[in-house]
Amino acid sequence: MAETPSPSSRVSYDFVTRAIARTLGNPGKGYFALLAAAVALLGVGIVCLLFLLRYGLGLAGYSHPVYWAVYITCFVFWVGIAHSGTLISAILFLFRSGWRTAVYRTAEAMTVFAVMTAGLFPLIHIGRQWYFYWLIPYPNERGLWPNFKSPLIWDEFAIGTYFTVSTVFLIMGLIPDIAAVRDVATGWRKKLYAITALGWRGTNEQWRHYSRGYLYLAALATPLVLSVHSVVSWDFAMAIVPGWHATLFAPYFVAGAIYSGVAMVITLLVPIRKLFHLEDLITPAHFENLAKLCLLTGLIVSYSYCTENFTAWFSGNPHERAAFWYRAFGPFWWASWTMNICNGLLPWLLWSKKVRTSILGLFVISIFVNVGMWFERYVIIVVSLAGEPFERFANATYNPTWADWGIMAGSFGWFFMWFLLFVKNFPAVSISEVKEVLPAPKRAKAMR
Amino acid sequence: MKLVNPLTAIFHPPPTPGVLAVFGHLDAAVEAIGKLRQAGHTDFTVYSPLPRHEIEGALEQPVSPVRMFTLIGGIAGCAVGAWLTLYMSYDWPVVVGGKPVGSIPPYVVIMFEMTILFGALSTILGIAFNALFAARRQGTIAYDPRFTNDKFGIFVPAEATRAAQVESLLRGAGAEEVRRA
Repeated sequence: MAETPSPSSRVSYDFVTRAIARTLGNPGKGYFALLAAAVALLGVGIVCLLFLLRYGLGLAGYSHPVYWAVYITCFVFWVGIAHSGTLISAILFLFRSGWRTAVYRTAEAMTVFAVMTAGLFPLIHIGRQWYFYWLIPYPNERGLWPNFKSPLIWDEFAIGTYFTVSTVFLIMGLIPDIAAVRDVATGWRKKLYAITALGWRGTNEQWRHYSRGYLYLAALATPLVLSVHSVVSWDFAMAIVPGWHATLFAPYFVAGAIYSGVAMVITLLVPIRKLFHLEDLITPAHFENLAKLCLLTGLIVSYSYCTENFTAWFSGNPHERAAFWYRAFGPFWWASWTMNICNGLLPWLLWSKKVRTSILGLFVISIFVNVGMWFERYVIIVVSLAGEPFERFANATYNPTWADWGIMAGSFGWFFMWFLLFVKNFPAVSISEVKEVLPAPKRAKAMR
Repeated sequence: MKLVNPLTAIFHPPPTPGVLAVFGHLDAAVEAIGKLRQAGHTDFTVYSPLPRHEIEGALEQPVSPVRMFTLIGGIAGCAVGAWLTLYMSYDWPVVVGGKPVGSIPPYVVIMFEMTILFGALSTILGIAFNALFAARRQGTIAYDPRFTNDKFGIFVPAEATRAAQVESLLRGAGAEEVRRA
């Protein structure tokens, strides 16, 4: 992990600025094709959402006792995706990990857009979307305040804080880079970047306050990111549903979140590296480090699966045992085994250096990991509810409907649209931080 | 009679006279900082495309006051979190799950999140207050667009009488380009 990929010898300060400024120019047909696909997916989602608004949550296929299903699955999935962005930008910053500089901006933008996507799902899920403001802590007409003992309120505070902090962290990091782009841009772009650079000139006073502030933001974001997915896990763990009610949930969810997020970073970096010709800055060594991170978190996730099953058996609790038996061999066996194979077995391929340095191989594995992690949430949420032993007569047959799939597809469109617009219009690789890992230009020794 | 626009004085102040030097090498810029400090200059400005410890070391600046903003913001956030949860619980007391009306353990979550939120936002305020408002004051001094790319720069405010002396000092330290502004 500590290994810093050495950039090729032609990478100088000027090269970095030019290479990244070039990404803001005409990106070519491939980019617009991807953007069009993302917007089309979003269109599908919007149409499905309009149907849902008109006809109500019955369209979502909810049936007793499964009232938390695809929307909550997507919520947890997207919040999870967000986490690796903060890991790479804040936690690895505190560890002074040099290789993060080339990939952290992409990861951080991914964080912001993934939280934006995640935030939509509780709103879609509540049914009467126009009452979403009831989540805000203010008293209702009877003077009653929100219940702060409810994990759902904790979640609202955690996600709200996470979105705010990761957005300001992203914008903070962008300021010196926007200034660098401003100084090489021409035309209307120069004006846009002159305004958004907020007067940045890289003076010693500016760097003094900026570096200190950035350090504190990273130090605040680090415990925040660990808390956010812990709080999300408590949405489940605080309930008594077998399969949810486990103290393991917080670390298990955090590891899973980082695992899926690193996979998503790989999924995003492969095409943008190609589209924007960033091969000199984002090297196979960066991918290898991401793959190692993926392997580590994947192993923690696999270990959690084992622990979860062992605890269910060892507890001696018949409901707990029944829930896990139902997971593996009940009507939803296909979902659990997709999850086990994609998350438990596939990461073992990453032990091989050949796989870790094959960009195509990593891209394929990362997509499978994303699928697996989506199913992990589906298994935890839907299958635990469907197999609930307290509802003997419910006899659930839950299946996601077209509205569920459509809105889920729309969420991918929404996420990719924002991401693609961001990488085209703002520096997708940090200019000033990549320069930090390059050797500073110094006079030749003979001249001294 | 032409009226003076008061905003012009604020947003377009007259440029500060001085000398601007461009350095291609970090060690040359660091050497120049050392020489300037020896010669008794204190109010010069160093431009760099990235933060470097060598420059920080040569300047020996005090630690940024941004840390006080973070600390005060964090403590205030924690207090707001505690007030929010306890006040709202006792304003209309409802027993939930047989627990005390004001139960501290679950409220720690809200207090923690508010600590982070307020801490981060006040850090941003601290940076904006210290760095960006300072930048407005520095808007009157000479700048070169290469300073965000691959060059280091030093601007020394100096009246015309002293400028020649500063110029030769900067050239002697290895400046690639020196010009009067």
